[in-house]
Amino acid sequence: MRRLFPCLAALAASACAPEPPPAGSERPAQTPEPAADAPGLPGHAPEHFGFGSAASPERVAIWDIDVKPDGEGLPPGSGSVADGRRVYEVSCLQCHGPTGTEGPNDRLVSASEWEQWPPGRAVGMYWPYATTLFDYTRRAMPQTTPGTLSDDEVYAVVAYVLHLNGLVPADAVLDAEALAAIEMPARERFVPDNRTGGPVVR
Amino acid sequence: MPNLHRPGLSRRAWLAAATGTAATGLALTRLDALKAAPFQEPPPQLPDPTKVPGRFVSELGRRATGEQPRRLVRALALSSSSRTPLHELQGTITPSDLHFERHHAGVPEILAEGHELLVHGMVDRPMVFRMPDLRRYPQASRICFIECSGNGGGAYSRSRMPTTITAQQLDGLLSTSEWTGVMLSTILREVGVKPGASWILAEGADAAVMARSVPLEKAMDDAMLAYGQNGEAIRPEQGYPLRLLLPGWEGNAMVKWLRRIEVSDRPTMTRDETSRYTDPLKDGTARQFSFVMEAKSVITFPSYPYVLPERGWWEIEGLAWTGRGRITRVEVSTDGGRSWTDAALQRPILPKSTVRFRHLWNWDGRQTVILSRATDETGYVQPTVQQLWDARGEGTSYHHNHQRAWRVAADGAVTFGLGDLL
Repeated sequence: MRRLFPCLAALAASACAPEPPPAGSERPAQTPEPAADAPGLPGHAPEHFGFGSAASPERVAIWDIDVKPDGEGLPPGSGSVADGRRVYEVSCLQCHGPTGTEGPNDRLVSASEWEQWPPGRAVGMYWPYATTLFDYTRRAMPQTTPGTLSDDEVYAVVAYVLHLNGLVPADAVLDAEALAAIEMPARERFVPDNRTGGPVVR
Repeated sequence: MPNLHRPGLSRRAWLAAATGTAATGLALTRLDALKAAPFQEPPPQLPDPTKVPGRFVSELGRRATGEQPRRLVRALALSSSSRTPLHELQGTITPSDLHFERHHAGVPEILAEGHELLVHGMVDRPMVFRMPDLRRYPQASRICFIECSGNGGGAYSRSRMPTTITAQQLDGLLSTSEWTGVMLSTILREVGVKPGASWILAEGADAAVMARSVPLEKAMDDAMLAYGQNGEAIRPEQGYPLRLLLPGWEGNAMVKWLRRIEVSDRPTMTRDETSRYTDPLKDGTARQFSFVMEAKSVITFPSYPYVLPERGWWEIEGLAWTGRGRITRVEVSTDGGRSWTDAALQRPILPKSTVRFRHLWNWDGRQTVILSRATDETGYVQPTVQQLWDARGEGTSYHHNHQRAWRVAADGAVTFGLGDLL
């Protein structure tokens, strides 16, 4: 993570914004100089309009479901590969096949040949972060009944899919700490966008 | 083809001929297109409109009976897409009901009255905005394109280069609208972004709870929270009641049915910015956060499945666009790329929007290949497919903005012609 973020931030800053990001509450009321085609607020606009309402921590917590790659946002709970197999057979197998390779929907298990690139978009050889699998499964799966798995079930089925990809042993039990510690094989392959415009094709 | 030589046959008639061909499914072969064209039905005979009173006014307009463009739906699935009929449209604005669709878990039913946008994270004042709140903030409108970064992937594989593919099939994940809303910078100013923040996470209220990370610089630059599309509320398929608009960037990042923005100091690495919408390159890396849609153009006429019934004057036309600002030049070749001529660009040329280009062509009746290539204000020239293969490899995904070509056969039949140039 630490390797990638600064480059991305620097790249984004140089690519599209004439001004640094806002500096917080102590900054002047004026917004940064907007792009020519992005109208800014008039000079007499108030510092705050006050339209909208304050969001309490409890309100934020209802929707704040995302999981960051360092594990921030992972809930309490845990699940084993064995439990995950049961979850998989009930909730996932119909779309992803008995071994995660048959479909009809997305293939979950990568082929084993490391030499092959690109390796497809299955978990094992392409996904750079194991946390993403938890985040995505909890927010979007199962496709026809999204959001119905408990956090323990999500941990379990994530463990099972990682096991099918050869990334955790058959007796693995995943919780927040264990999931965030998994190093995915494709992690170092991901690089920031180096296209800049101008005559060079990248 | 006697009925095709009638004087006054308009291009619209040709469109009708083409869609007649497609009425039972797109023409599969060049021969089918040729066969179908002469056997089109004669125009329906209506009473002389100067001798019968017309119909009354109506609360909702409708298209003329003979003008029924349609999106192309390939698969009825929760995660699917439909494509804009580029070859049947004029100008640059896409009628809202023909705007392309790409959904990851279907189109949610959302009432504006109950919709809320939560903005939180590294902010001084976490807030919830309801739609009336957002509409009360200072408003902005701009015309810009939205393009799926997977658009055009159907003509990238050397071994599977198509010939019978329409501009709609190939590049129909592109649409242009006038969008209206509140600048995201206005809302971020309202909540107060804390020092050290560098990214936002945008999240939708669909069944995929689709989420993408976006650099804060873009959010503060020209990003918009859009609730209007072409003069009315955004269509459900485009994110009703609220979507993120990131002019010039890949469509997937413009999260629809927007319900949450979290300000952060790092990207979330969601599934759609890791497993999907990343570009594996030939050097063994995968390009991530490749947001910008680079300069591109496509000839929409003549294109498959049109047939030019005779030699002579035909106007080549198409669309050009770039996510890096303005299109400065579109060149057209009518000899397979050996020579190029500047096409006329229809004003106004808006940044991060589509431009209509035209080139008057006197076809000599011989087989040829026609192409277009766009240049943008950064000096970037739409590359050849060979240039993209050299730069990224043949196994890459997304951002297939290489030059498109159409082959015009001696009998006037038009097919996709990139394969002829390889």
